[in-house]
Amino acid sequence: MASSTFIHSAPQTGVRGFLRRIKLGEHFSLLITFAATVTILIIVGLLIYELASNSGEAFHKFGWKFITTSDWDPNNDVFGALPFIYGTCVTSFLALLIAVPTGVGAALFLSELAPPVISNALTFLIELLAAVPSVIYGLLGIFVLVPFIQDHLYPVLKQFSFLPLFQGQFYGVSFLSAGIVLSVMVVPFIISVSREVLLAVSTDQREAALALGATKWETTIQIVMPNASTGILGSIFLGLARALGETMAVTMVIGNTPKISASLFSPGYSIASVIANEFGEASPGLHLSSLILLGLVLFGLTIVINAIARVFIMATAQKGA
Amino acid sequence: MVQTISITRKITNVVMLTVTGLLTLIVVSVLFFILGYLLWHGGSSLSLQFFTQLPKPTGETGGGMANAIVGSGKILLLASLIGVPIGFLAGVYLAEYSGKSFAFLIRYVTDLLNGVPSIVIGIVAYALVVRPMKHFSTLAGGLALGIMMIPIAVRTTEEFLLSVPKSLREGSLALGATKSRTIFTVVVPAAMAGLTSGMMLNLARVAGETAPLLFTALGNMFWSQGWLQPSAALPVMIYQYAISPYDDWHQQAWAAGFVLLALVLTINITARLIIGRNPGSSRR
Repeated sequence: MASSTFIHSAPQTGVRGFLRRIKLGEHFSLLITFAATVTILIIVGLLIYELASNSGEAFHKFGWKFITTSDWDPNNDVFGALPFIYGTCVTSFLALLIAVPTGVGAALFLSELAPPVISNALTFLIELLAAVPSVIYGLLGIFVLVPFIQDHLYPVLKQFSFLPLFQGQFYGVSFLSAGIVLSVMVVPFIISVSREVLLAVSTDQREAALALGATKWETTIQIVMPNASTGILGSIFLGLARALGETMAVTMVIGNTPKISASLFSPGYSIASVIANEFGEASPGLHLSSLILLGLVLFGLTIVINAIARVFIMATAQKGA
Repeated sequence: MVQTISITRKITNVVMLTVTGLLTLIVVSVLFFILGYLLWHGGSSLSLQFFTQLPKPTGETGGGMANAIVGSGKILLLASLIGVPIGFLAGVYLAEYSGKSFAFLIRYVTDLLNGVPSIVIGIVAYALVVRPMKHFSTLAGGLALGIMMIPIAVRTTEEFLLSVPKSLREGSLALGATKSRTIFTVVVPAAMAGLTSGMMLNLARVAGETAPLLFTALGNMFWSQGWLQPSAALPVMIYQYAISPYDDWHQQAWAAGFVLLALVLTINITARLIIGRNPGSSRR
C-alpha cells in the first residue's frame, strides 16, 4: 500500500515519471509493442539496404552483363552469374515438375477423398516431413539418392539419349539429383498450403454437386478445383520460391561446377550454392561484392514469386469466405 | 446406355481415389524412409563419446561433437532471445492495437521476410556483425537465426491472441482492468498453450538451419569461449563431415544427423500435441 501512495505522489517527468507510466503500464505496453513492430520494418529495411549497398561495386563494374555472361573467374576478377541462374532455374523447374502433380494429387486426396481420421493422421506426418532440416536431405542425397540414381534411374533414362536432356556421362552429382532432392523438399509445402485452400471452399458447393448425382471425384475436379485453383497456383509459387532459395541439400548433390548444359546428367551450380561455397573465403572487394549481388538477385527473385503467391492465396481465401 | 456411363464414372472415381491415395502414401513413406535410415545408420554410429568429446583429428577414430551440441544450444538461445520477444510483442501489437491497414502491411512484410532464403539472411548477418567486428562469432549466428524466427513468432502470436474469445476481454475490461492489463494478464495467459507450442515449432525450424551459419558462426573444432568467437553448430558439422572424404567422418555425420533429426521431430511432436489438446486455440 505504501508503494502505491508513493507512485501517486511521484512527479510526472523524468525517470520517475517514466517508471510510473511503466507501472501503470498503459502507454508503455502500446509503446513497446509498437516499437517491436517498427523494429521488424527496420530489419527488413536494413536487409535490403545491406544487400544493395554491399553489391554496388560489382553492379557498377558489370551492370546487367552480370546476369547475362557466364564467366566466373575469381582469380581474374571476372564475374558472370548466368551458370548459377541457369542451375537454380533448371533444378527448381525439375523439382516442380515432380512435386506439383504429386503434391496437388495428395492434397486432393487429403482434403476431399480420404476419411477425416486417415486424412488427419497423414497430414500430421506430412507436416513432420516439412520439418526435416535441409542438411538431412543433403546427407541422404549424397549417400543414398545419388547412388540409387546412378544404379537404377540412370540406366533407364539413358535409353532416351536421343533427347538432349539425357545425354553425356553421369557422375552422380547433377542437375537431376538436385532436382529430385528439391522435389521431395517442396512437396510437403505444396500439399499443406493446397490442402488448406481446398478446405476453404464452402461445403455447400460440394453438397450441391453430390446431391445432383456427381461422384466424389467429379465433385472434386469439376466443382472444388475451379474454386481453389488460384490458391493452388499460389501454393505452387510458394514451393517454387522455396526451391529457388534452398541451399544445403542442393549444394551437396549438384556437383558445384559452373556449367550450362542441356543435359540433366551434367553437374551444375546454383546461386545459393555458390554463395554457400565461396562467401566464407572470398576476399573483400569485387569477389565478395559479386556474391552479395548474387544474393540480391536471389532475394529479388524469391520476393517477387512470394508476393505473387500471397496474392493468389489471399484471393482464394476471400472467395472461399 | 445410362448404365455404362455410370460404370465408367464409378471406375474413374475409384481409380482417381487410388491414384491420389498412392501419391499421398509415397510422400508419407519418404518420412518413414528418412526416419528408418537415420535410425539404422546414425543410431549405430552413436555412442556416449559423441555427446561428451571434442572432434578428433582425421585419422584418429572416436571423438564426438560435444562442442557442436553446446554451440548449437548457445546459438539457439541467442536466436530465441532476439526473435521471440520482438515477434511476440509485434504480434501483440497487430492483434490488439493496430489499425487494419497497418496490420495488413506488417503481415505482408513479415510474410515476405519469412520467404527470404536463409542464405540471404546469412549475408545480412555477416554484413551487420561479422564485417564490423572483423571475426566470425556465435553472436552473428544467433542474430541470423533470430531474424529468421521473427516472422513465425509474429504470425503465431497474432493468430493465437485473436483466437481468444472476446467475452474474456470484455469480462476483464468490465471489472475495471485497463487494456494493457487485460492483454497481459487475461488474453496472453489464455493463449499460452498455443503460444508456447508455436514458439517451439519456430525454434525447431531454425535448429536445423545450416546455410545462414556457414559464414556467421563459421564452425570450430574446439570449444568456443564466450559469444564472440567462431562456434561449431550441429547442422554445419553434419555438412562439413558429409562432404569430407573420410569414412569415419561420414559415420559421425550420420550420428549427428540422427541427433539433430530426433531433436527437431521431438520438439515438433510435443508442440503439436500441446496444440492438439487445446483444440479451441488451434487455428493453423
